[in-house]
Amino acid sequence: MQIYLPIADLPVNIFLVLGMGLAVGYISGLFGIGGGFLMTPLLIFIGISPAVAVATVSSHIAASSFTGAINYWRKRALDIALAMMLLSAGIVGTATGVWLFTLLRALDQLDLVIGLSYVTLLMAVGGMMIYESVRAVLRTRRGEPATLRRPGSHTWIHGLPFKLRFKRSKIYVSAIPVWAIGFIIGFVGAIMGIGGGFLLVPMLIYFLRVPTATVIGTSMVLTLITMASATVMHAATNHLVDAVLALILMIGGVIGAQFGARTGQNMRGERLRLLLGLLVFAVGLRFAYELVVQPDDLYSLRYVRSG
Amino acid sequence: MTRRLAITLALVFVAAVTDRAVAERLVVSLSNHRVTVTSNFVGEELVLFGTIEPDPATVPLHPPYDLVVTVTGPPQILRTRRKQRMLGIWVNIDSREFVNVPSYLAVLANRPVTQIANPETLRSLQIGLNNFLLPQKIGPDVADTVSDDPFRQAFVRLKSQQGLYRESHAAVTFLTPTVFRAAIPMPAAVPTGSYAIEVELFSDGKLAARTNTALEVIKSGFEQYVADAARDHGLLYGMATTLMALLIGWFASVVFRRD
Repeated sequence: MQIYLPIADLPVNIFLVLGMGLAVGYISGLFGIGGGFLMTPLLIFIGISPAVAVATVSSHIAASSFTGAINYWRKRALDIALAMMLLSAGIVGTATGVWLFTLLRALDQLDLVIGLSYVTLLMAVGGMMIYESVRAVLRTRRGEPATLRRPGSHTWIHGLPFKLRFKRSKIYVSAIPVWAIGFIIGFVGAIMGIGGGFLLVPMLIYFLRVPTATVIGTSMVLTLITMASATVMHAATNHLVDAVLALILMIGGVIGAQFGARTGQNMRGERLRLLLGLLVFAVGLRFAYELVVQPDDLYSLRYVRSG
Repeated sequence: MTRRLAITLALVFVAAVTDRAVAERLVVSLSNHRVTVTSNFVGEELVLFGTIEPDPATVPLHPPYDLVVTVTGPPQILRTRRKQRMLGIWVNIDSREFVNVPSYLAVLANRPVTQIANPETLRSLQIGLNNFLLPQKIGPDVADTVSDDPFRQAFVRLKSQQGLYRESHAAVTFLTPTVFRAAIPMPAAVPTGSYAIEVELFSDGKLAARTNTALEVIKSGFEQYVADAARDHGLLYGMATTLMALLIGWFASVVFRRD
């Protein structure tokens, strides 16, 4: 059954989009991530323009992260103070990202920047995750304790000024790295159409030493608010958010996420991280391939405005 | 400016060629003057019917005739970009802006347009994809380029791939020597706005008569509402979409609650 998307201006098969929502939702539930880094490329692949895909996916992630955040809220497994601190910088990052997005679009270089950001970010993060989880898997094979190693519990980050105490996470850190992380997540989220959960969780663990108990819930709150504000900003400045497309994706996404979460509970942590690492790396590789290999058609059209 | 000049020239030319003893008159009718794009719109085909009448009514007609129907959609500004390899990756390096070109262009005829009239006639009347004016912005000026300009060719090719530009020599059929029908394809991705339909009759390689009509493509109902809201009330629209996301997220957490 075909449905016409009013902003993307093309008809799509409703079951195909619903299926994509379910599949990405399943993966996001499995790994506890938003799944934007998979959804945006998939939408581009079925013919939706990168700009509309990025803007629309932000609302889809807002929906799925809200479901997650409510679940973690019930378990008291989120640190609101830390989330708000990250957020104050995240909003600035999102606004900067939307501004750059608009500028790059006018310069015809948006697709290139989206492509390059995907390649560098996904391959780097995916590579690190594979490395870390393979080591963890090997350690458990040898019978060593599988706990995350925390090398040098006091790094230079802990020497920075403006220290703040976050009670629920039981950490005492400078506001500077917290703001920096918030800004980066908001910024890449707006440019790439990703919630940044797969990026934020490792950053919070490795740089701020946030305990695993509160890290995912906190990340979900941040993702929720940055993506909700990205939706509003993209809609207000670029008019590219397709509400019909977003609705179909959300419905598929929230259902898929429930099944993913159930599967995830029966899997070992390091196995899960290895799988996610491989997935992230593969998507990065796919983007790299597209940039390096000569495209079928060197020419492309872009709509500027009606005459 | 160039376009206006070309049209003026074309009109002068038309006046010259139609100045014959016998004149034909075209009477056309469209199956539907309004195409409505709804949520299940997958494209449709409009039919233009017409007859060739003698003018004045007493003179005899001289078949065979040739007929060309040119349908042009609302003007758009589009940029054609060309990728080049730079530092190992493919980047959009060069681009041309096409100014006020039709978003939709269909040239429908009963046989290949090159067989209908000579190249000069076709060019001055802008008949055929190769002869249609597609002005590009070159620095401060706006001008059409030669038909083998690579950007122009790429532009026409990409628009054809989208089904928005086409030239067909089988879309017009003569039911009798003086009664014809033309099938106008409207693909799913057809832009909204008003469309001009130019009908030109040729006899013996010369323009014998012409007429025009129009049609309108509108988004209707919910689609129109959403598209208007997104364009005119971006901020409110964004907030509404976000609220929808939150509602669905909340709903899912209630429905699938496990504790």
